[in-house]
Amino acid sequence: MSQTITPTKWTGVPTHYCPGCHHGIAHQMVARVLDDLGLAKDTLLASSIGCSGLGYYYIDFDSVESPHGRAPAVATGLKRARPDKTVFTYQGDGDLASIGMGEIMHAAMRGEKITVIFVNNAIYGMTGGQMAPTTMSGQVTSTTPLGRNPELTGYPAKIAEMVAAFDGCAFSSRVALNNIKHIKKAEKAVKKAFELQKENKGFTLVEFLSTCPSGWKLSPLQANDYIETNMIPNFPLGTFKDTEV
Amino acid sequence: MNQQNLFVKGNEALARGAMAAGMDCYFGYPITPQNDIPEFLSIEMPKAGKQFLQAESEVAAINMVLGACATGKLSMTSSSSPGVSLMQEGISYLAGAQLPGVIVNVSRGGPGIGDLGASQSDYFQATRGGGHGDYRTLVIAPSTAQESFDMAIEAFRLAFKYRNPVLMLTDAIIGHVKESIVAYTPEPIDTKAGDWCLGFDRDAKGRHLHSQCLTKHQPLAPHTILLKEKYEKMQEEVLFEEYLTDDADFVVVAYGSIARVLKNTIDNLRNAGHKIGLFRPITLYPFPSSALQKLATGNRRFMTIEQNLGQMVEDVRLAIAGTSESAFYGQLPGTIANPDDFYLPVLDTYKGEQ
Repeated sequence: MSQTITPTKWTGVPTHYCPGCHHGIAHQMVARVLDDLGLAKDTLLASSIGCSGLGYYYIDFDSVESPHGRAPAVATGLKRARPDKTVFTYQGDGDLASIGMGEIMHAAMRGEKITVIFVNNAIYGMTGGQMAPTTMSGQVTSTTPLGRNPELTGYPAKIAEMVAAFDGCAFSSRVALNNIKHIKKAEKAVKKAFELQKENKGFTLVEFLSTCPSGWKLSPLQANDYIETNMIPNFPLGTFKDTEV
Repeated sequence: MNQQNLFVKGNEALARGAMAAGMDCYFGYPITPQNDIPEFLSIEMPKAGKQFLQAESEVAAINMVLGACATGKLSMTSSSSPGVSLMQEGISYLAGAQLPGVIVNVSRGGPGIGDLGASQSDYFQATRGGGHGDYRTLVIAPSTAQESFDMAIEAFRLAFKYRNPVLMLTDAIIGHVKESIVAYTPEPIDTKAGDWCLGFDRDAKGRHLHSQCLTKHQPLAPHTILLKEKYEKMQEEVLFEEYLTDDADFVVVAYGSIARVLKNTIDNLRNAGHKIGLFRPITLYPFPSSALQKLATGNRRFMTIEQNLGQMVEDVRLAIAGTSESAFYGQLPGTIANPDDFYLPVLDTYKGEQ
């Protein structure tokens, strides 16, 4: 586990995230892992659109802002231009699994040597809690006021399983951030993903099941429970691809 | 200077020019009539140790350019009209983040799927920004294979000089006509690699952030003023050609392949004793308004000819407003213009207004 408490790339800027949101945990985790691996100063970030779009104010990596959903393509450009650097995207479920479904699948298919940090909270947070492609059946959002009806809008996308199906994918894992046990496992997965990128093994992705207390209209503690009771049954935790196993 | 005589299509000439400029990364998606460019580069870029990648879409291609440009590398994509429509969001991001991408549009007919033949109907899209937001791209319109080679180099030079996307606007005729060119190795492009490049000497220079997000630290108003000042400075890059205008009392204004065809028309009209000249904008943004104004003296009259329903003619009329006027003739898209096609339209307009 981590030897450092505050990651070197942590700017200390107070975040704009809501109380109980897991973005802060995820940001720190990525920054800490890159410190542990000695990669932090040689890492480039393709940021995305959504709540985490301002993440580069909190984790101080060289960053380029990507249009909505296009971070895997931007990261492809970064990596092809600078194969000596570690490159990652940090995307939410609307960005990655809705508007950006094409780019993420093709980056995985090509075996692009990047790491994707996918934060899945089953809702559009920044725009006010609308239905996401990962919204669960029956889940109430501002655009599914009666709950998501699969007859009308289908079923949630299972991204970690989907990218694992590509031969170009070296590592794909789904983790959660709702308790210490899960956080420790998550950090191991993130570390593995970046290690495999540095070994040029292929595309790597870690999907975080993460809270959106404001969008879910739950308290921070209730939101942590909601991950256990609602999200994990819909999105099973586990590693779906590991080329080293 | 290392020179080489070649007999190549305009598309290949353009691709060779981009490589002569030192292009590091190319990303593209197949679309007619520009496929010669990625096909040529798929062979030559890897040989030169450079990056060639066929993207899954034009949307992905322009965003790969965005990423590669952010590291300070010479990066290009090419497409044709419908594909360039798909790239507009990415071009807007390049403009906003002030990154030096080169985008080639070997244009075809529209709207919609249109057809694969020559057309100049993307003038508005090219010169008015195309995507969302208050921005400009430099636009260069070659009319020959040699100019396609030369202007690809110029496109990269300008892209890095202004850290701004540069658009090359050609068409199916320029791209597919095979002709002699002189290829050469130019002076290396000064990329001014520095603290604007991701991954550049970071420890010494601090962090590099290409963001358009509006916060109290980065409000849009001063950024807009910065862009405005840059666009004003770009005006000095204006390029144009005047052909037999000195003694002309009637000037035809045209660009690209149509201008090239019109040169023959004007030779024929001159042989018949008519004092008619040609003004050819080479940069469409900045538009050579001042040069046109200088021509609009005395009783000199103008006629704009394009392969569309009338787009550049608006810029011509703005340039000469108050001193002269411009008639318009539109060649239909999907046809290959012949010098004879323009002889009577020009002559009738010339005589009709005398």
